[in-house]
Amino acid sequence: MKLIVAYVSNHKFADVETGLLESGVTGMSVSPVRGFGQRHGPVEVYRGREFEADSTPMYRFEVFVSDDELDQTVEALRASAYTGKVGDGKIMVLPVEDVMRIRTGERGMDVIHPPGDGDDGGSA
Amino acid sequence: MDNPGGIAWIITSSALVLFMTPGLALFYGGMVRAKNVLNMLMMSFSAMGVVSVIWVAIGYSLSFGDGGGGFIGDFGWFGLSGLEGEDLLVAMFQLTFAIITPALISGAVAGRMKFKAWLLFITLWSILVYPFVTHWAWAGWIGDMGAIDFAGGLVVHINAGVAALAVVMVLGPRLGFPKTPFRPHSLPLTVIGTGILWFGWFGFNAGSALAADGVAINALISTQVGAGTGILGWFIAELMHDKQSPRRMTMLGAASGAVAGLVAITPAAGFVGPGAAIVFGLVAGYVCYHGVSLKYKFEWDDSLDVIGIHLVGGVVGSVLLGLFADSNVNGTDGLFYGNAVLLWYQIVAIVAVGAFSFVVSWLIAKVVDVTVGLRADADDEARGLDLSLHEERGYVWGTITAERGDQ
Repeated sequence: MKLIVAYVSNHKFADVETGLLESGVTGMSVSPVRGFGQRHGPVEVYRGREFEADSTPMYRFEVFVSDDELDQTVEALRASAYTGKVGDGKIMVLPVEDVMRIRTGERGMDVIHPPGDGDDGGSA
Repeated sequence: MDNPGGIAWIITSSALVLFMTPGLALFYGGMVRAKNVLNMLMMSFSAMGVVSVIWVAIGYSLSFGDGGGGFIGDFGWFGLSGLEGEDLLVAMFQLTFAIITPALISGAVAGRMKFKAWLLFITLWSILVYPFVTHWAWAGWIGDMGAIDFAGGLVVHINAGVAALAVVMVLGPRLGFPKTPFRPHSLPLTVIGTGILWFGWFGFNAGSALAADGVAINALISTQVGAGTGILGWFIAELMHDKQSPRRMTMLGAASGAVAGLVAITPAAGFVGPGAAIVFGLVAGYVCYHGVSLKYKFEWDDSLDVIGIHLVGGVVGSVLLGLFADSNVNGTDGLFYGNAVLLWYQIVAIVAVGAFSFVVSWLIAKVVDVTVGLRADADDEARGLDLSLHEERGYVWGTITAERGDQ
């Protein structure tokens, strides 16, 4: 099991959400965050005075996947977030030791992909 | 104003001008940080309360009463006694000017002044400054000398702009000025406010004809042209002088330019035609663009540019009026029509109003400072005045906590 964490620019939110769903993931968690990488925020001008923002708004996506699904999900995420410009963001992959469904106490990958191919809509 | 049409127009204009004060609140409110938005709105809104009382009690009588000598009125109309009909209507119309003038000052002190100190300041200012300047310009020596101020370039804009400078000097800058960026938190609010100001300004200027006549119509169209060309003047300045490349035109610039144009045409709306108003707007937009950067040169934290727009725009309008006044519009000629002395009268009036307003406003600010204290605590300022002074938030995001006793 893996946790994919991706930081993508604000305006790619809808593209990434769609791309992930089309790649077969059944759930995701999305948070609005602020931050910066190599490039800081854009310059804004108010009444002739320039402001350079330290951080810029972006979205953090978190998706649990099985080891088998990892490559296709990461590729789908990259393809949907890609513009080729500085600021496209980062994708990280973390190992996950265990997952538990709070309602039933089930553990492991079944929590994310229930037996019977997810027909109860189970999600992360 | 001796006919039903004229009376109806001034009743309407009173409502239009009053609406400018909540409009000003939004214009300013959008420009401050989210943590201070309610305090900013409150400073304008509270002027509608405080000044209404002072004006009815003594303000109108001091401003427009005949005290003899042209320096100050008297107490003859204390409590507006003895006024009725059209005279009472003029007192109401003028009340709306007396409200917005101190409210204008609030833009300079954004985000750091104690609210009680603000109430005390505008109370004293509405007794010790506003009635004097108003009397001089519209019932006393400045008008008798020959200087002209159609709707309040001197009385409202130069007066408030200079007072703003004086208060800021006593109050000091916001924490972090000039290094910290103080970005406007909601320009759409500022644009709504600008629209309300523009709308109300038709009552301000065209209502100042105190009649529904040709002068009012001239003031109406000159006001429109001044505001519109103010936007264009600011755009031209942005396209010529912004440090960014490529240079861009901004929404805050358009709003600021419209207000700068309106300020400049205020003293002139009933004295110059719509053609000359184009010059007023263009020059005001262009010059005020530069006016707003003065605060960084001199390190006054005139937070929302009351000096840069109202003082500078008021001076631009009053000086241009000395050049462009046209007797075909309303009986007075300026330099370009062979009456050079008007320009001299205008300059004398600007200097006299500026000096008086500065000195007395500075003294009032000092008195408030040593009695109740002008400045909010540093902690309160950092937390934001909405929560620390008013126990309210402008914007409630996330979970709303249960009301006390409502478990």
